[in-house]
Amino acid sequence: MTTLTELAALLATGKTSSVELCQDYLARIAAWNPTLNAFITVDAERTLSEARAADALRAQGRGGALTGVPIAHKDIFCAEGWRTTCGSRMLANFTAPYDASVIERCKAAGMPCLGKTNMDEFAMGSSNETSFFGPVRNPWDVERVPGGSSGGSAAAVAARMAPAATGTDTGGSIRQPAALTGITGLKPSYGVVSRYGMIAFASSLDQGGPMAPGAEDCALLLNVMAGFDARDSTSLERAPEDYTRDLARPLTGVRIGLPREFFGAGLSADTARAVLAAVEELRRQGAETVDVSLPNSGLSVAAYYVLAPAEASSNLSRYDGVRYGHRAAEYRDLTDLYERTRAEGFGTEVKRRIMIGTYVLSHGYYDAYYLQAQKLRRLIARDFEQAFRQCDVILGPTAPATAFRLGEKTADPVAMYLSDIYTIAVNLAGLPGLSLPCGFDTAGLPIGLQLIGDYFTEARLLNVAHQYQCITDWHRRLPAGMS
Amino acid sequence: MNGARWETVIGLEVHAQLSTRSKIFSGAATAFGAAPNTQACAVDLALPGVLPVLNRGAVERAIRFALAIGARINRINVFDRKNYFYPDLPKGYQISQFALPIVEAGALTIGVDDGEKVIRITRAHLEEDAGKSLHEDYHGMTGIDLNRAGTPLLEIVSEPDMRSAKEAVAYARALHTLVTWIGICDGNMQEGSFRVDANVSVRPVGQREFGTRREIKNLNSFRFLEQAIDYEARWQIERIEDGHAIEQATVLFDPDSGETRMMRSKEEAHDYRYFPDPDLLPVKLDEDWIEQLRSALPELPAQKRARYQADLGLSAYDAGALTASRATAEYFEALLAALPQADAKLAANWVMGDLSAALNKVERDIADSPVAPAALASLLGRVQDGTLSGKLAKQVFEAMWAGEGDADTIIAARGLRQLSDSGAIEALIDEVMAANAKSVEEFRAGKEKAFNALVGQVMKASKGKANPAQVNALLRRKLTGMD
Repeated sequence: MTTLTELAALLATGKTSSVELCQDYLARIAAWNPTLNAFITVDAERTLSEARAADALRAQGRGGALTGVPIAHKDIFCAEGWRTTCGSRMLANFTAPYDASVIERCKAAGMPCLGKTNMDEFAMGSSNETSFFGPVRNPWDVERVPGGSSGGSAAAVAARMAPAATGTDTGGSIRQPAALTGITGLKPSYGVVSRYGMIAFASSLDQGGPMAPGAEDCALLLNVMAGFDARDSTSLERAPEDYTRDLARPLTGVRIGLPREFFGAGLSADTARAVLAAVEELRRQGAETVDVSLPNSGLSVAAYYVLAPAEASSNLSRYDGVRYGHRAAEYRDLTDLYERTRAEGFGTEVKRRIMIGTYVLSHGYYDAYYLQAQKLRRLIARDFEQAFRQCDVILGPTAPATAFRLGEKTADPVAMYLSDIYTIAVNLAGLPGLSLPCGFDTAGLPIGLQLIGDYFTEARLLNVAHQYQCITDWHRRLPAGMS
Repeated sequence: MNGARWETVIGLEVHAQLSTRSKIFSGAATAFGAAPNTQACAVDLALPGVLPVLNRGAVERAIRFALAIGARINRINVFDRKNYFYPDLPKGYQISQFALPIVEAGALTIGVDDGEKVIRITRAHLEEDAGKSLHEDYHGMTGIDLNRAGTPLLEIVSEPDMRSAKEAVAYARALHTLVTWIGICDGNMQEGSFRVDANVSVRPVGQREFGTRREIKNLNSFRFLEQAIDYEARWQIERIEDGHAIEQATVLFDPDSGETRMMRSKEEAHDYRYFPDPDLLPVKLDEDWIEQLRSALPELPAQKRARYQADLGLSAYDAGALTASRATAEYFEALLAALPQADAKLAANWVMGDLSAALNKVERDIADSPVAPAALASLLGRVQDGTLSGKLAKQVFEAMWAGEGDADTIIAARGLRQLSDSGAIEALIDEVMAANAKSVEEFRAGKEKAFNALVGQVMKASKGKANPAQVNALLRRKLTGMD
């Protein structure tokens, strides 16, 4: 199918309308979603009415670059009038009464919403198997997971049920599913995209970002999503950027850092081969490579699984059955109301993390866990700081291996957590990270390559990814039978 | 009990509601008394995805308080989450300040029987109020009103420096005067704008270590504060004398029975799992802002008390009474400034005497006095120039209070002008002496009492208008034959 740029051109020249585009994508959703389960909520009427409004805007000559181009939103973003579940039974009956900042911005850009995409419950998971609404299947092999937690958005884009989607990334939730489904996904620097209306998992790590076939699409979508928002105190007040500005820049002289820790034990041979081949390609385009070290990156998973659950245990306290969301049908007293509501409303992985988080914040354990993890977090950030003195961009694999089978890791949480071993450090440091497809393994599954930049160098990451995508077609390939 | 053997130790925690128009982390209004849940926005309801944004006005008020008690202002202070479940706590945590409060180490001087005493203030921190649980009128269910949720509070924690209920009340009153004086709190105790928790323990006189304390929660009047502490101290002494140990606990005061009763024991105390709120950045205070607030601070009660004694020659008692509220002091100063001849004692006597009595009778605040300072000054001017006696002035004041016009109008209308014409007074004296020959005889026989009776008769004959000093002098002259 087509890129955002191409769709925008079709709309601008009147060769198609937003209504027609949305109808095409809705038809594709109707065809593929029963198999892939990428969407939790589809509301064709609502989508088409947004499309008509976009067409009307264009007709009045008031549209912007992406007016009329539809988009799918991860079901973590509150969208007024749309059921917003966060993949949980707890919010299965919750219709958002307001728009998240990201939704507001996409609406202001005139982008109709194709539906709300499936996700791991409260974004806790790396396989999309923790969703109350059932697992998402990988379009490249429906017996395999699409990654998570933004697995629905990734699968929707990979199967071209949407030209682009929003995602969120707390420990790799945009990049890892992008890698496992052969698309491009960008986690911006912390503070670039407003978290207002984005249901919180771990507030100091969560960041929204674009997911689309190519880097150019992501740049266009990030232009819409990014910007200061006074309603989010962690949003950064910076001059607006055009993230497409450097796409065409040649890579001559760009210094690419290769962290030795990202190419050691645990990395599958296929992935290592594809990533190193991509490095060769970039060298041919004029980039230089330097060896760098991130000595503390091995501790990132441990630090993350203290900090993220700690914040989550507190963030999820509001789901108590008192004001909205699931409430147990019967209860004896207040404590019983809380216990039953939360026992019924949350799934296993969410409960596990609430328990871990509650434990590490408890009196007598706080110093040993939470404070210790915060120290590690600073060490990890310092590693990157030092590495970026030697290079412009850090390159490595996004995930240790390609998509695994459904159920393969559900019994072993630690094995599941290790799928994010290369992505988590980026969240802990608050840096931008991008995953792009760089080949396939022997089973025909997509392999992802990760680019990590210094703070606010999104445009540089998009530039490197786009230059690579100008001479490769991995991101344009479609799963068999899905053309 | 044996009062001499035991010493009561008291520390207070005061929650002062800050006088901002909107809430501490949302834009909803803070006005009291609105219909339930009409002043609770998405942030106050803790809808999924909402975020707090700090109200600068609340920070400003905390800084003003710090400046008024000579405290340290932490240039960097941090909001933490205090986690616990309760239906009127929508997020499942309260945003408060734990490890790094905005205000630390201040002091307040209070008046005690034998002079003054300094009460140290450990800290004051910003936090949000919870909502209210309404247990009546819901047929066995509980209603939740979240209008109060998110209202800004300054929690002011004293050292255990008070040694009697009286001292605790004196401190609470001084604090109440101060927070209303500097305008950071409206001080309305019925509406809960100023709530007091008292930590009470007892120990044998001479013992250095503190006894085990119990905390009396939510005292909303000075009278209850005094009653509750007195009861609690007696109760603790009796328990100890009966051979029991005091266990740390939180108790409630029942104004009907005048007793405290256990709310929860130490074992039932929550583990609040405090940690820094990742949704809010550390608050960084700008020196210029602090200096600006310092220079805008009004003259404080203690400064005024000192000035009234040193410069105006008033007693400590008068100075204290005149600075009981800022409005009283302002009235006094305006009155003094408007008097034709400066006479602080005269002004003080009127403010604390007739004016205060009249205001108390109708429970009216001095700021809303029907007799303004300028009007009272013109009345007292007539006392100073001899037009009115003190007694007549009281009559004129009553008429002014009743709205009959200004002092001169009333004096003219009622013919209350003091009789100072010595010829006319002598004529009255002659009449009275003629009609009271017996009294004249008695006086001449040495009975001083008879003199007073004659003065009374002359005053009566003048319908109270004769200048009493003149009557005295002229009468004595006539009686002693020195005429």
